[in-house]
Amino acid sequence: MNGLDQVFVWLGHWLASWFPVPAQPLVLAVLAMAGIITVFGTCFALTTIVERKTLGRMQNRYGPNRVGPCGLLQPIADAVKMLIKEDIVPFSADKTLHYLAPLVLTVPIWLAFAVLPFGRNMSAVDLNAGILFFFAIGSASELAVFMAGWSSQNKYSLVGAMRAIAQMISYEVPLVLSTVPVLMLAGSLSLNDIVAAQGTFTYGGLARWNAFTPWGLAGLLLFLIAATAESNRSPFDLPEGESEIIAGYLTEYSGFKYALFFLGEYLGLFAVTGLAVTLFLGGWHAPFQWLEWAPSWFWFGVKFGALIFLFIWVRATLPRLRLDQLLNFSWRFLVPLSLINLLVAAVWWRTGAWKFAAEAPARWLLCAALIALPFHWLGRALRGPLPPPRKYTYAE
Amino acid sequence: MTTPLVHYLILAALLFGVGLAGALTRRNAVLVLLGVELMLNAANLNFIAFWRFGPHPENLTGVMVALFVIAIGAAEAAIGLALVIALYRHCRTAQLDRVASLKG
Amino acid sequence: MPNELAFLPCAVVTLAGAVAAMMLRNLVHCALCAAGAFAGLAALYLQLDAQFAGFAQLLVYVGAVAILIVFTIILTRGADLRPGAAATSPAPWVGLLAAGLVVACLIGCLVSSPSLNRLPAATADAPVKSIGEQLMNQYVMPLEAIGLLLTAALLGAVVIALREPPKSEPPTR
Repeated sequence: MNGLDQVFVWLGHWLASWFPVPAQPLVLAVLAMAGIITVFGTCFALTTIVERKTLGRMQNRYGPNRVGPCGLLQPIADAVKMLIKEDIVPFSADKTLHYLAPLVLTVPIWLAFAVLPFGRNMSAVDLNAGILFFFAIGSASELAVFMAGWSSQNKYSLVGAMRAIAQMISYEVPLVLSTVPVLMLAGSLSLNDIVAAQGTFTYGGLARWNAFTPWGLAGLLLFLIAATAESNRSPFDLPEGESEIIAGYLTEYSGFKYALFFLGEYLGLFAVTGLAVTLFLGGWHAPFQWLEWAPSWFWFGVKFGALIFLFIWVRATLPRLRLDQLLNFSWRFLVPLSLINLLVAAVWWRTGAWKFAAEAPARWLLCAALIALPFHWLGRALRGPLPPPRKYTYAE
Repeated sequence: MTTPLVHYLILAALLFGVGLAGALTRRNAVLVLLGVELMLNAANLNFIAFWRFGPHPENLTGVMVALFVIAIGAAEAAIGLALVIALYRHCRTAQLDRVASLKG
Repeated sequence: MPNELAFLPCAVVTLAGAVAAMMLRNLVHCALCAAGAFAGLAALYLQLDAQFAGFAQLLVYVGAVAILIVFTIILTRGADLRPGAAATSPAPWVGLLAAGLVVACLIGCLVSSPSLNRLPAATADAPVKSIGEQLMNQYVMPLEAIGLLLTAALLGAVVIALREPPKSEPPTR
C-alpha cells in the first residue's frame, strides 16, 4: 500500500483497532461518516466564499473582502448570522411540514456520498447497484421541495415549488440516460468497478477516461447540464430566481432552516460533481501514467475542484432560462441526444474490434460525427427560425 | 434473531387490508388510487419475502416479478391520476359519491 | 439475513404510514405519509437482500408516484376539504368489515400453515448482472410488453389529461 495514498484508510483501521472486533465495522462506518461530514462541510463553507469571490472577479469587482484576509472568514460570519436570525414561521403555515422540509432535503443527500469512491479503497460502502442508489436518493429530495412550497401557504412558494419539481423531474431523465452508456461499457453499476474500468493507459500514458471518447465527452456535457438543472443553479435557477418570484419555495424560510436548504443545495451539487468525476473523468486515476505517484484522493480533489469552478463560471456567464425554454430544452434536446449518445456508445463498443492502421482516429471521427450531426439538427429545430435582419427605423 | 417468513407475510397481509379498507371507504378518488398502490406494494413484499426464504434464491423469479409489478403500478398510477384530473375538469369535483350518475 | 431488530422499526414505520395515509383528513398529509410507507417498504426490501428492487422502489414510488399523487391533489383542489365535510363514504363500516374479513382470513391461513416455518437460505444474491441477463433471456417478452405498456400509459395519460380546445360551434341537441 502506497503510504500517502492510503493514509486515510490506514488511519481509519488504526482507530478502529482500538475497539473490540465485533464493533469494528460499525466504528469504520461511523468514521467514514464523520470524515465525509467534515470534509464536505468544510468544502461547503469554502465554496460559498470561493463562489462569491469568483463571481465578483468575473463581474469586474472584488467579492467579499472585509472579514478576514481576502474575506476568507466570511463563511463563519454567514454561519453566525444564520444561526442567530429569528426563525419566523407564517401563522397559517403547516407547522409540521414546514419544520420537516429542510430535514427531508438534507438527510438523503448526505447518504449519497456513501457510494462515491474518493480514492483507492476509499468508498464508504461498495454497493452492487451503487448508481441506482445514488439516483434513488436524489429523487427523494423532490418531495422536500414540494413540502417546503406547500407548507408555506404562500402563492409564490407554491408556484416556485411546482416549477422546481417540474424542472427536477424533467432533468432527471437526461441525467440518468447520460450515465447509461458508462454503465453499458463498464458492465457494472458499482462505482468502484466503473473507476477500475477507466484505469488502463494508452498512447504515451494517457488514461482511458470516459471523457476522452466521443460518447463520454457528450455524456459528460449532458450530465453536467442536467446536474446544473437538478441543483437549481443558474442558468436553471428559475425556481429561486430573486427577480421572478421572490425566492420561490424558500420565501418563508429564515435563519437556520434557510441555511439547511442552502446546505442541501450545495451538497447536492457536490454529490453530482463527485459522480461526474467518477463516471466520466476516471475517478481517482491520474490523467497520465507518469503522474500516478500522486495520491488518488488528490486527483479526485483536483478534478472535483475543476468541475466546481466550471459550475461557478457557468453561473457567472449565462442568463437565466425561462420555464418553457427550460422544459423544451430538456425534453426536445437533451433526452433525444442522450438516447443517440447511447447508440453512439454501442457503435464505439462494436467498432472496438477494428484492427487496421488508422483505427483510432477513424473510430473517433465516426462516433463524433454520429453525435455531432444530431446535435446540430436538434439544436436548429429547438432554436427555430431566426428572426429577419433588424430594420432600424431611426438610426442611420 | 432472524425474522421468520411469517412476520413478513403478516405485515404484507396487514398492509393489504389497510389499502383495501382505504380504497373502499374514502370518498376522494386520489385516495382510492393510493389504496390500490398500497395493495400492490403489499403483494410485492410477499413476492420478495418468498424469494428470499425460498430454496433457490439464485432463481430470481421473485425479484423479477416485483420489478415488473413496480413498473406496472407506476403506469397504472399515471393513468388513474390522469383520469382523476379529467374527471375533475368535467364534474368540478373529485369526490366519488358526487359522480354516481352516468348522465352528462 | 433479515434481523428482527431491524425488521420491527421498518415494519412499524410502513404500517403506521399506510394507516395514516388512509385515515388523515388533510390529503397532502395522506400523500406524504404514503411516501413514508413506500420508503419503509424499500428498507424492508433492502433487508431481504433485494437491493435492486429496493432502490427501484425508492426511485419509482417515492420519487415519481408520490409526486404524481401530490400534484393531482393540488390540481383537483382536494386539499381544501371543508371542515364539516365527511372524509369517508356514508357507510364506511362495510368497507372496514370487508377488509377486516380479508385480513383475518389471510392471517389465519398464514399462522396455521406448516410450510411457512422455513429458514432463509444462507446468502441470497441478486446482482444486477444476473437481473440484466434474465431480463434479456428469460423475461424478454414481459420486458417488451412492459415497454409497450409504459409507452401506452405515457401517451394515454397525456391525452386524457389534455385540456380540450374550446369548441366554437354550439353542441347540437
